[in-house]
Amino acid sequence: MKQATKGAMTIDADGIHYKELNNVIRTAISEGVRKFKLKGVNGQRYIGTGINVPVEMDIFGIPGSDLAAFMDGPRIVVHNNAQDAIGNTMNEGEIIVHGHAGDVAGFSMRGGRVFIEGDVGYRVGIHMKSSPDKAPLLVVGGVAHDFLGEYMAGGILIVLGLTSKTGKIPSQFIGTGMHGGVIYLRGRVEPHQLGKEVTPLDLDDEDKKLLQLHLTDFARYFDVDLKKILNVKFTKLLPLTHRPYGRLYAY
Amino acid sequence: MRTFLPPEFKVKIEDSKCIRCQVCVKQCSFGALFFDEQENCVWSKDINCVACRRCAVLCPTECIDIIENPLVYKKHSNWTAKAQKDILKQAETGGILLTGTGCDMPYPIYWDHILLDASQVTNPSIDPLREPMELRTFLGKKPDFLEAGFKDGAVAVKTKLTPQVMLETPIMFAAMSLGAISYNCHEALARAAAEAKTLYNTGEGGLHKNLYKYGKNTIVQVASGRFGVHHDYLQAPSMIEIKIGQGAKPGIGGHLPGEKVSAEISETRMIPQGTDALSPAPHHDIYSIEDLGQLVYALKEASNYEKLVAVKIAAVHNSAAISSGMVRAGADVIVLDGLRGGTGATPTTIRDNVGIPVELALAAVDDRLREEGIRNQASLVISGSIRSSTDVVKAIALGADAVYIGTAALIAMGCTVCQKCYTGKCAWGLATQDPVLTKRINPNVATRRLVNLLRGWSLEIKEILGAMGINAIESLRGNRLRLRGVGLNDTELGILGIKHAGR
Repeated sequence: MKQATKGAMTIDADGIHYKELNNVIRTAISEGVRKFKLKGVNGQRYIGTGINVPVEMDIFGIPGSDLAAFMDGPRIVVHNNAQDAIGNTMNEGEIIVHGHAGDVAGFSMRGGRVFIEGDVGYRVGIHMKSSPDKAPLLVVGGVAHDFLGEYMAGGILIVLGLTSKTGKIPSQFIGTGMHGGVIYLRGRVEPHQLGKEVTPLDLDDEDKKLLQLHLTDFARYFDVDLKKILNVKFTKLLPLTHRPYGRLYAY
Repeated sequence: MRTFLPPEFKVKIEDSKCIRCQVCVKQCSFGALFFDEQENCVWSKDINCVACRRCAVLCPTECIDIIENPLVYKKHSNWTAKAQKDILKQAETGGILLTGTGCDMPYPIYWDHILLDASQVTNPSIDPLREPMELRTFLGKKPDFLEAGFKDGAVAVKTKLTPQVMLETPIMFAAMSLGAISYNCHEALARAAAEAKTLYNTGEGGLHKNLYKYGKNTIVQVASGRFGVHHDYLQAPSMIEIKIGQGAKPGIGGHLPGEKVSAEISETRMIPQGTDALSPAPHHDIYSIEDLGQLVYALKEASNYEKLVAVKIAAVHNSAAISSGMVRAGADVIVLDGLRGGTGATPTTIRDNVGIPVELALAAVDDRLREEGIRNQASLVISGSIRSSTDVVKAIALGADAVYIGTAALIAMGCTVCQKCYTGKCAWGLATQDPVLTKRINPNVATRRLVNLLRGWSLEIKEILGAMGINAIESLRGNRLRLRGVGLNDTELGILGIKHAGR
């Protein structure tokens, strides 16, 4: 099942239960392996979950849900689609998905970077938050569905809509309950798509610099033309207030 | 807007005994007392008094009385004083009524309708002072079969057990977050848990860096906001608790306002200082039992299968069916928090009207898990107003493995149940982050008080067990034959699975 050479290991995950697979990975990390190549991955959950050593992992096949949950440091490249809840409550590290990802990607992450080439499902970037010394970044190349960035408290969420045939992102209730951080959407977004706690704004120079920086990486990772991405106007969403629920109570 | 609400309480200061030391003025954090230099006396602003008794307890000459305002509300069984007061508050603010602590409505407290058995003649009672009495409790999944054999000539268990946590007494400290209560309280809870060899629960506000050393006696909580949840946090404790719900506010989220997110809170919650900490009502990665299972195993993976994973829900109508799902989702411990469970802040209307008494939920869940043959797969912990050692004993006889105490622990440290936790002005230094107020809790003294409480209750439990002729708490667990109901109807007796006294 596994082959190890000089701190690198190739694992054929075909037909192996996640518990065994992840145990092999954890054991190998404790023995000093820092580079992994996982082949034949087919729905195994929790790969990279809870790992706090800066290892590199290439995944071939489709990893299961909660990829990189509570992860703190590793860099994971998925050479296919991913499932739900990738980067759940992630602290640090990087995930690059050459394909689509499911629901609740980047849920509650407080640091690190996630790049998804294709589309994502519902509730993506929910409750992303910054911590005192870091802020998370989530970039979606394709489209996102409803409740994008709901409850968002910090960090940067970028959706490019590159796979959209209409040029629009279909999500409704974008940024509902948002009270921190920033969302950038490429292309037009209709007022009815937005949660009532956010306001759409034009980009300023700082925003442009920030997008240039992060999208340069996106373009490089997925081999797309940066100019083509930046050719279309972006909308920035900011929370109207950092205290959306301030005047709710009778004292 | 001028308020139409008269003061709830009146502060009476006996002038002839008052020595003008102004201790009361300094101690009142609600602004109900002030000193008049010209008149050389203390006046009260009664409208601000919450009857927390801080002034009265600390007054060196005991010259302060706090009384209920005798101002009459014309008698009306429907439009009670409470109903009128609530309407006035909302007419003046337009907001949701907020409160702290557990439900204060006079719903039946079933503990008070359950009586315990004792041994007479046919089986001897035991004197716990002279004979060994076992309160030791193990939490965690128990195997269906236990295979034993011999190893090096001695009997040894061959079955590989999943992690178990040992408690010297079946009483743990309930989840109260750093944020809801002060750091000094957290330190006292942690130290008391370590000394009494039980567990305390961090709540959802993260684990302060100074308290990692009490990890063995710690339960960390993972709630919908995921505040402070990270790698080390999941390695530190003996148990990780997924908080789905809370008895004082079933089905709703939480909200720690930015003013309370101090430097210290910011560090442990891992959010910037001064930002609101919103806990959404649901976990957005849990919309089903299968999703719950996904998080249970994510936490087991992240902690290398070395920690127990508990799932806590509020006791609601369907608790039994939900609990079955929780066990099947892989939870090692099921926690039920009843209608009367406490909180730092909750809408009054939710606190007082949502959920069911924990006694009924406990009996229903224990029954259901036994019927399905999965009771051994998870331990059952209950909370929601355990007030005394007898409540603990009755809970265990109804089927609980252990209990959590929250409000009782706070009362031990000084809480007077004034229900104003949500204001952040707690004069006793408990439910506050104000550095002047938090100093009022001395962790050494508070630890002592908590350890004393656990010791006192544990001694009482041993006495009760001895009277029953039982020498280990394990023999009482789920032993409902040793309980009888008084003043309960057939439905209630049926749900509790106990006979009426006299039968």
